[in-house]
Amino acid sequence: MMLATADATWWEAFERALLLRDANTVWVVLGVLALGLASGSVGAFLVLRRRALTADAISHATLPGIAVAFMVMVGMGLAGKSMIGLLVGAYIAGLLAMAVIVLIQRTTRLKDDAAIGIVLSVFFGVGICMLSLVQQMPAGNAAGLESFIFGKAAAMLPGDALLIGIVSVVIMLTLAIFFKELGVLCFDESWAAARGWPVMALDFLLTGLVALVTVLAIQTVGLVLAIALLIIPASTALLWSRRLVVVVIGSALVGGFSAWLGAMLSATIPKLPTGPIIVLVCASLFFLSLFLGRRGVLPRWLARRSLSRRVDRQHVLRACWEIIESSDEEDISMGDLLAKRSWSERELATVVERCMRAGTIERIDGDIVRLTSEGRERARRVVRNHRLWEAYLVHHADIAPSHVDRDADAIEHILDEDLVKSLEQLLGASAGEVPRSPHAINGGGGGA
Amino acid sequence: MTWQLYDTWVVITGALCAMACALPGAQLVLRRRSMMGDAISHVVLPGVAIAFLVTASNDPYVMLVGAVIIGVLTTLLIDLVQRAGKTEVGASMGIVFTALFALGLVLIRKAADDVHIDPHVVIYGSIELSYLDQIRLLGWEVPRGAVVNGAALLANGVLFLLFHKELKITAFDESLAASMGFRPRLVQGVLMAMTAATAVAAFETVGSILVVAMIIIPGAAAWLLTDRYGHMLLWTLLIAALSALLGHVAALIVPGWIGFEGMSTSGSMAVMAGVLFVVAWACAPQHGLIVRFHRRVLLSRRIAMEDILGLLYRYEEEAKQDAAALTVADVREALSVSHVMAALALRGVRGAKQVQFQTGGVRLTEDGRVAAQALVRTHRLWERFLWERLGLRADHIHDTADRLEHFTSEEMAQELAQLDDAGEDPHGRPIPPAGE
Repeated sequence: MMLATADATWWEAFERALLLRDANTVWVVLGVLALGLASGSVGAFLVLRRRALTADAISHATLPGIAVAFMVMVGMGLAGKSMIGLLVGAYIAGLLAMAVIVLIQRTTRLKDDAAIGIVLSVFFGVGICMLSLVQQMPAGNAAGLESFIFGKAAAMLPGDALLIGIVSVVIMLTLAIFFKELGVLCFDESWAAARGWPVMALDFLLTGLVALVTVLAIQTVGLVLAIALLIIPASTALLWSRRLVVVVIGSALVGGFSAWLGAMLSATIPKLPTGPIIVLVCASLFFLSLFLGRRGVLPRWLARRSLSRRVDRQHVLRACWEIIESSDEEDISMGDLLAKRSWSERELATVVERCMRAGTIERIDGDIVRLTSEGRERARRVVRNHRLWEAYLVHHADIAPSHVDRDADAIEHILDEDLVKSLEQLLGASAGEVPRSPHAINGGGGGA
Repeated sequence: MTWQLYDTWVVITGALCAMACALPGAQLVLRRRSMMGDAISHVVLPGVAIAFLVTASNDPYVMLVGAVIIGVLTTLLIDLVQRAGKTEVGASMGIVFTALFALGLVLIRKAADDVHIDPHVVIYGSIELSYLDQIRLLGWEVPRGAVVNGAALLANGVLFLLFHKELKITAFDESLAASMGFRPRLVQGVLMAMTAATAVAAFETVGSILVVAMIIIPGAAAWLLTDRYGHMLLWTLLIAALSALLGHVAALIVPGWIGFEGMSTSGSMAVMAGVLFVVAWACAPQHGLIVRFHRRVLLSRRIAMEDILGLLYRYEEEAKQDAAALTVADVREALSVSHVMAALALRGVRGAKQVQFQTGGVRLTEDGRVAAQALVRTHRLWERFLWERLGLRADHIHDTADRLEHFTSEEMAQELAQLDDAGEDPHGRPIPPAGE
């Protein structure tokens, strides 16, 4: 009973959030949705450019920018907490950090990892020092600034959401305009440079967009997790496709969906901070895709398994063909088959079972099997491929007939029609005919 | 502001912590894996949170074990993501550590009523307060932070001494190490565990910023200062300790200059590490910016000086006996270098007594003529070679020879002379004889 009530209230709360009944929730949800879409699409280019961790440096570097902007604004007698002012400071600091990274890479022997790490920690250290100063300023109850480190999505105001929305649209429009150029930059920098495209300027554009997204994200999810919104959606999309359009759109959708769902969950369940939960949703999608994605672990494993099963079946078919060829009888005993290759009785039984399911072999009775008409056709093709390749090796690669069997054994499964045709032409074999084997086929171990 | 016992202990604690982090950090820099330090320092938070939730105790040793486990787990997870998803290494790190960091934040928030882990402390540390938490060690009252970080430093130092050879060889050449029977992946795993344990020992005192700064910066700076592994480790330790000292001093003094009272000590130590890095970047003996700039200026000056000699020699060669000498302005114009460089080169040839400045203009001295003759000889020998042997067109070879003449040694000139038998360059000008 208890559980049911808890469930009901949970569902009610989720429904309230889903239907956007609370004014506060509406703005939070819309804000993070726009943020997720924007950072997903920018992140796709960032990850493809292999610059994922520069986002880490940029986001940590925004902290001193925010603190300096605050001090400057207070110094000029303005209200220090103007959001736009702080974001401009953060943006400038982010670009500066990127410039220093490039400078370190160009003028020292340190690689990008060290350059990023140095810039990240020094800028952040400066930021922490300045925050500790800001806290002493009479105007600056710096509590507001500190929220940039961990983010505070729940405190999002309509104005903030509007700002995020407008900037996100601008970002995505920019990406759409420079889609082709940025794509080329990501895939083939030197080609772009050779064509005379301004690689530096494009890189600067991309960095600027990344800094912009980061700046928007830090007030929502905090500066550590801002990186996650850039990297994780893009990496998730890359597990499904390698086509640029698909990756960019997919990445935006993953980002948007995670942000939306995260905001929903956070609005529904008490004590669930929005930023981290968005990142956890996003990471779950990534790990799901890591296993189930089209380029993920499971499909790759399945593809490999299906290939190796096909290879096994074809080995059985070829063995059958060779036995029929030498004995001139349609009936094949399992004992003969067993002697053809170095397979165990159980392995053979399993493969024969699979062949029967595929309709290429039929059991006559007990230990005797026969090829079906389809099985005969397939066996003929495999044997043909095998012997054509053997003949090719013997005639054109000057390999002794006694040494060609093993090589042909591997290649027979993957010869495609075009290749077979050119082999036929090369060897003067007529289509369809099965050539003689260039070496003796010993009944006990065709594979040897 | 007076220096007190308190300040000494802050510096000692900071220095021990910085040195402990910097040792494994130097290895990470050599392996181009510095950002693993960043990743590991971020997962300390979830590590501690999970350790607390599982064991319901905040015994520091439990926290240590928890964080080491999650540190090693992070390494494995990053490896998995990288291999299974064919994801780039940077992105793999980013995915894993942000996800774990988010998990840590959620767990802490969920258990906020019972846990006394403040995320802010994780980031900032509390080195300022570490002095207050003292324990007895061998009859002395010592801050616990100093003991913990000192122990970490000692452990890392011992491991580095014991496995000196393994660490060194796997850092520079993994495949060579593997072929020699070392196990690079195992060594890397141990290194990661070390980094994680050190980061946990350190973060309570100095927070994760300083941990990241100290893992990466001293090693990177030391790698600019020297090419030798042993020296690099010593520099690393020195830079780490120095950033702690300077950092605390700066935290005491700098705010006073701009009218504030105090500043985050750990932040300031990170900044000072950065300052030391910039110093190393600029002043390193072999790879420093200043040395490299100086080298380049010297080279340009030598080339410009040689161009002046060649110019004057050719002018003498072509001019009538009593023609007026070239003026300084003429020389300047003929050299295609900046004003400053021209002035430097002119002063150079004058100082070497190769050129005389007279009222009428500039003339070669006897010494200068010998040097100029050798130079023009090399130039024309090259032209001859390029034209005769390489078959380049006569009107295309001057610029190439112009560049080569500055980098041709005595022996090379002799070899070139062997090829030549005409005594003339392709333009029909005589090739001067070698000076004695």
